[in-house]
Amino acid sequence: MSIDKTQAEPVDAPAVAADAAPAVDPRLLVREQGFAGYVTEFKRKMRAGDLGALPVVVGLIAICAIFQSLNSAFLGAENLNNIFVAMVATGMMSVGIIFVLLLGEIDLSVGSVSGVSSAITAVMSVTHGVNEWLAVLAALAAGAVIGALHGFFFARIGAPAFAVTLAGLLFWNGFMLQILGSNGTINIDGDGVVGKLTTYYFSDVAAAYLLAFVAVAGYFLSAFLGNRRRALAGIPSRPLSDIVLRTALLAVAAFGVAVMFNQYKGLPLAVLLFVVVLVGSDFVLRRTAYGRKVFALGGSVEASRRAGINVTLVRVSVFAIAGFFASVGGLFWASKIAAANQSAGSGDLLMNVIAAAVIGGTSLFGGRGRTWNALLGVLVITSIQYGLALQGIATPIQYMITGGVLLATVVIDSITRKTQKSAGRA
Amino acid sequence: MSATPVLALRGVSKRFGAVQALTDVELEVHAGEVVALVGDNGAGKSTLVKTIAGVHPIDDGVIEWEGRPVTVNRPHDAQNLGIATVYQDLALCDNIDVVGNLFLGREIKRRGVLDEVEMERRSRELLQTLSIRIPSVRIPIASLSGGQRQVVAIARSMLGEPKLVILDEPTAALGVEQTAQVLDLVERLRERGLAVILISHNMADVKAVADKVAVLRLGRNNGVFEVKTTSQEEIISAITGATDNAVTRRAARTTAEAQK
Repeated sequence: MSIDKTQAEPVDAPAVAADAAPAVDPRLLVREQGFAGYVTEFKRKMRAGDLGALPVVVGLIAICAIFQSLNSAFLGAENLNNIFVAMVATGMMSVGIIFVLLLGEIDLSVGSVSGVSSAITAVMSVTHGVNEWLAVLAALAAGAVIGALHGFFFARIGAPAFAVTLAGLLFWNGFMLQILGSNGTINIDGDGVVGKLTTYYFSDVAAAYLLAFVAVAGYFLSAFLGNRRRALAGIPSRPLSDIVLRTALLAVAAFGVAVMFNQYKGLPLAVLLFVVVLVGSDFVLRRTAYGRKVFALGGSVEASRRAGINVTLVRVSVFAIAGFFASVGGLFWASKIAAANQSAGSGDLLMNVIAAAVIGGTSLFGGRGRTWNALLGVLVITSIQYGLALQGIATPIQYMITGGVLLATVVIDSITRKTQKSAGRA
Repeated sequence: MSATPVLALRGVSKRFGAVQALTDVELEVHAGEVVALVGDNGAGKSTLVKTIAGVHPIDDGVIEWEGRPVTVNRPHDAQNLGIATVYQDLALCDNIDVVGNLFLGREIKRRGVLDEVEMERRSRELLQTLSIRIPSVRIPIASLSGGQRQVVAIARSMLGEPKLVILDEPTAALGVEQTAQVLDLVERLRERGLAVILISHNMADVKAVADKVAVLRLGRNNGVFEVKTTSQEEIISAITGATDNAVTRRAARTTAEAQK
């Protein structure tokens, strides 16, 4: 079947067989061409409770507006830059936890594992004088192995992930304190590999613009080429105007952020690495067979098993990924405070990691979410922290507000599910 | 209709410990034929289907596939022969769209990356040849009605190009219109020359689409009937094992009351 774009043909309805009656079921989702189609589609999605990232974006704008009205330094280049660099540690760990949440499971150990990672790096490179790159690799490998171990107890032995990782939370915190030894804090060389993670800036203004350009051009090309393949194969494709509009929105955001970075010290290395991780993990989840398996397990374990998916292997690997990213996050924390200390990975870190994933739109019930959710969620949490700090509001109030935001998000998630159920979409 | 049946069971028996689930069961299914498998609860329908699907290997007897004796010990063996089974619980992932579910576990890849375009094209082609109408191939299974889910599950079994499709109570939980959709699809499978085994409790469905009815009772054959020449009462008495049973007594009573 071929799609004639000049006509308002039903593009999303299955083609009617030649000999069958041409009557189209009125309940079919017939999407009109052009922007009228998007408006009706948007209305339908709103009614069905399919809000997507909308509540978070609205929330983020509200947060910015409130803090900006309280203190004009909030949207200043320096404060925004600090928010972006500070969010990377939590954000990296959030990417890992999103994999676990997609299975409908939870990993409570990521905070402690991040502490172990910073401790291993510091002890190896500072105390024992091992090459710092080797120390970093060892810490990352340790994170993955620890995660795989949790996954093994969950997937193979059948213990609840909640309990296994709760045990991990305690065990790995103890392990970190043990290897840090009696003096407790090990300072890290600020010019070393780990030290540079959050302090290095590409001071050349071209770097930030180049990244923004690559992101925008990459998005446009992949959307455009993908769409052309769809059109050639004769299946519904987006109109070019839609791709251009999306690209334009992305360009405004990307170049806006680039200008902001360049007003301060340039593009931070940490942000570049975070973007690379987000693009990579999103690709794995949505474009590879492995990612499809993760989503399938979040939907129905029995269906996945019958489809021939190795359930145990996927589960173990997902926990290994969470451990790996916890480890990555630990290195960024160590870099931020230029030390591995006894409080690493404790406090509100674990809660912030999970909250960021959930606030960003990842469902706690499994099977729904994207790694980009980590970016949105962690932006919300870090903005609140920095905004309150600018106002000189103390930690207790900060905890209460972050808790309130998390509750609001979970309520939205639950209501969304209910609306989807009553609209037959969950 | 070809002379050699696609699938033939000869004297198949199956024991679970002390329980004799199947005794000397015979069954023949030809290409382009819908055989309904009926029987009361515990008659051995599910066990028989599971032996064919390779879930439970048989103890005695022979399974013949296109005239040749074969061994079916694992679900994989059955799939390789060309037997597709759609179980009562559909085994679809609610959160994944129709295309993703159709190709779950056998995704088409292009340079190591999922080829969504090709999968969507083939999905549309498949649904079109089966005249299946669903709102969109890109909405999650959760948005579909029970009947639509059932036809997607059946369509999914068709991707492996099977020669025999086993449907385990496909209309059990469906409404009137949805049942009709599924029955239409069963007829289309027959038109395409597939052999179909249909397990059902619903005599109206059996009369509507089946060519033959094989009755099981207490793990044994209790007759194979041509649907066209057999009345519903005859089938029911074969299922319950007596001409005097709850169903006939009730029928007699209601007619008697009606005559008063």
